[in-house]
Amino acid sequence: MIAEIGQFALALALVVAVVQSVIPLIGAQRGNATLMMIARPAAQSLVLLVAVAYAALTYAFVVSDFSVTTVAGNSHSLKPMLYKVSGVWANHEGSMLLWVVILAVFGAAVAQFGNNLPLSLKSRALAVQGMIATAFLAFILFTSNPFLRIDPAPLDGRGLNPLLQDPGLAFHPPLLYLGYVGFSVAFSFAVAALIEGRVDAAWGRWVRPWTLAAWTFLTGGIALGSWWAYYELGWGGWWFWDPVENASFMPWLLGTALLHSAIVVEKRDTLKSWTILLAILTFSLSLLGTFIVRSGVLTSVHAFATDPTRGIFILAILVFAVGGSLVLYALRAPILKAGGLYTPVSREGGLILNNLLLALACATVLLGTLYPLLLEAMTDGRDKVSVGPPYFNATFVPIMVPLFLAMAIGPYLAWKRGNLKMISRRMIVSLIGAVATIATTFLLIPDGPTLTPFAMGMAAWLFLGTASEWADRIKLFRAPPRESLRRLQGLPRSATGMTLAHIGVAVMIIGVAGSSSWQTESIQVLRPGESVPVAGYDFRLDDVRDGTGPNYTLQRATVTVSRNGRVFAELYPETRFFPVAGQSTTEAAIRTTPFADLYAVIGEPDGSGGWTTRFYRNPLVPWIWYGALIMVAGGFLSLSDRRHRVGAPRREKSPQPAISSHPAAAE
Amino acid sequence: MRRLFFLLPILIFVALAAIFASRLDGNLDPSALPSALLDKPAPEFALPGLEGRPQKPGFATADLSGQVTIVNIFASWCVPCLAEHPLITRLAEDGATIYGINYRDTDPAAARWLDKHGDPYARIGADRDARASLEWGVTGVPETFILDSTGRIRHKQAGPLTPAIVEQVILPILAELGQ
Repeated sequence: MIAEIGQFALALALVVAVVQSVIPLIGAQRGNATLMMIARPAAQSLVLLVAVAYAALTYAFVVSDFSVTTVAGNSHSLKPMLYKVSGVWANHEGSMLLWVVILAVFGAAVAQFGNNLPLSLKSRALAVQGMIATAFLAFILFTSNPFLRIDPAPLDGRGLNPLLQDPGLAFHPPLLYLGYVGFSVAFSFAVAALIEGRVDAAWGRWVRPWTLAAWTFLTGGIALGSWWAYYELGWGGWWFWDPVENASFMPWLLGTALLHSAIVVEKRDTLKSWTILLAILTFSLSLLGTFIVRSGVLTSVHAFATDPTRGIFILAILVFAVGGSLVLYALRAPILKAGGLYTPVSREGGLILNNLLLALACATVLLGTLYPLLLEAMTDGRDKVSVGPPYFNATFVPIMVPLFLAMAIGPYLAWKRGNLKMISRRMIVSLIGAVATIATTFLLIPDGPTLTPFAMGMAAWLFLGTASEWADRIKLFRAPPRESLRRLQGLPRSATGMTLAHIGVAVMIIGVAGSSSWQTESIQVLRPGESVPVAGYDFRLDDVRDGTGPNYTLQRATVTVSRNGRVFAELYPETRFFPVAGQSTTEAAIRTTPFADLYAVIGEPDGSGGWTTRFYRNPLVPWIWYGALIMVAGGFLSLSDRRHRVGAPRREKSPQPAISSHPAAAE
Repeated sequence: MRRLFFLLPILIFVALAAIFASRLDGNLDPSALPSALLDKPAPEFALPGLEGRPQKPGFATADLSGQVTIVNIFASWCVPCLAEHPLITRLAEDGATIYGINYRDTDPAAARWLDKHGDPYARIGADRDARASLEWGVTGVPETFILDSTGRIRHKQAGPLTPAIVEQVILPILAELGQ
């Protein structure tokens, strides 16, 4: 009964979405305000209807209604409640439903908060949102209906993949989708602007908060996924350049570019057609990610069970959305007029460099991800290859180096024309700091890879450059503290947010460089009581005991780590066996210290009293997540800036920036 | 020239979409789980019988040729296995040769389960550490394989059998193989 209500709500939602995509568009074309006004109630009803459908599916999972196919295929009565609820989106059908829910939430938010948007732009943007919703609702109803019944109902479900029964992964997909789908708003605004044939500074101002919100969620989602891979997969790694990881990383790279180029549109009324293209491509890559995961064209550990009709349907959506918007772009973008002039050394120039490097990096990742597919297509499936970390290390990393180096300087650049001499004077401190860091790192760890100290120096350069630019603005240490405090209060939150986000990147560079260069790994068979030295620590296997969890049996080892004879930590790595799935998972035991993780994994018994054990010392790994957290915090801080709140009264008199040659107090 | 720059994105996308489309056609049939073993001989393995059931010997690769065989992976702790058990029993009563692989189980538990619910299996191999099941590419229990009389795997059914699957999938394959 409840499932049928969900089904009905979903079908009704499809009708509403069709209305939302057609009527306001006609209204905007004819200049009929009544028709345009339909967009708002349509967007609001849409969110209500898909929410009802989602609640119905959640109910079916919570009460373990195994007559619903999706529940029977992906849940189990013995599963803990958290995973019954998160299980709703841990499968193809439910995750598509969540995707549409989030899409509808963003659409309703645009309808609700976009009151100061020109009515025609708002109606057209909402119509485009409606079209995306129509496509995905049709996809769900016709190929992936989560409410299908089976008769007879099985006695119990097939269970959820044990790897996914983890708190970190429970919240990874919603965050990721908030990011992916959030970019649909920028996309809809881009398409609406192309239809109108007009992009101005105001357009940049409306698009930025949505892009920033999507970017912030996506950053959090990717970091959470990477953290999960680190502690759950048991190999001490945190990024594998897997096609599905790349699928989430590419929209992030282009979204970051979009975030920056939209600033140029807003402040300088230029770079418009490029920004429009970025908005289209960023969301297109989100769609591409959806296609890759669910069509089976690429093999990946993350891929959902696939079905060719689904693949064809998503490809059709992709062709409609991406193809349609790019055709519109080819037709309309040439009429967009470029605005102000600037010299290469200027804020605009810096942001263009940022965009070029990020787009190039994204293209590199795209090529590496799709290359196996292209090769198969060209050789008719005879040649199968996979592209791994060596390719990405050789291509992606060199592109990041100039980006990071320029990132420290960028905020110092003035709009229109920057002053290199002034900047080089200000960067001296950062340069000294970077050189000192390189030298110190060489002295402390002389036997690591040669490039690592330089990476550390780069992080120091970025950190010091970013921090001192912020300090300059509030005259920290150069004016009385009271004066600095007053300036800090006057500083836009988005400026501090930018500083935080850039500092987050610096912290992350430290973590990435440290963990990929200085990891110590030790794999051996140990009997209880035996110990092994790892990177100055002594790991002793005390014992291995059996136990049971809610829906699994487990073997838990006790590993005592001591240093110089003193006990430092006790670690309890586990293997869990899930009988329903017939599958085991490893639960790494991790002791985090400020500068390194101690990481222990217990494997199979060798049959004669010994156990395979893997011990790692992963230096600086936590800094990766700290960096991501700082970036997310920067994103939220910037979002809370009143100037980003569409509809908030503006303090400036003119939307145009003041024309000046000193650093503008902008983000 | 300037026009071409604006056309470039759509041209690249069209090429990509064409490649995607070509990779999608037909050669993906994920509904029949892409078992690498399909139409290949059964893997090399040898399993002992359950302890305390001398009348039911274990079996090995060689035992699978000579007749059409259904191999059913089951375990006493597996609820869906119990759900499909009456169907397995029916198939056996109708004359099918069914071998069981007892997956990650203890012998006494399996014996109790068979005593209680009936034992339709002609032979049972005890796969206590799931080594042999790994060779078979088993991803969970229950799973059911159909092998022809030369010992080749002709079908793999993941998950419990239902009356519909037996009617529409299992029986037609058995008929085709000349059961």
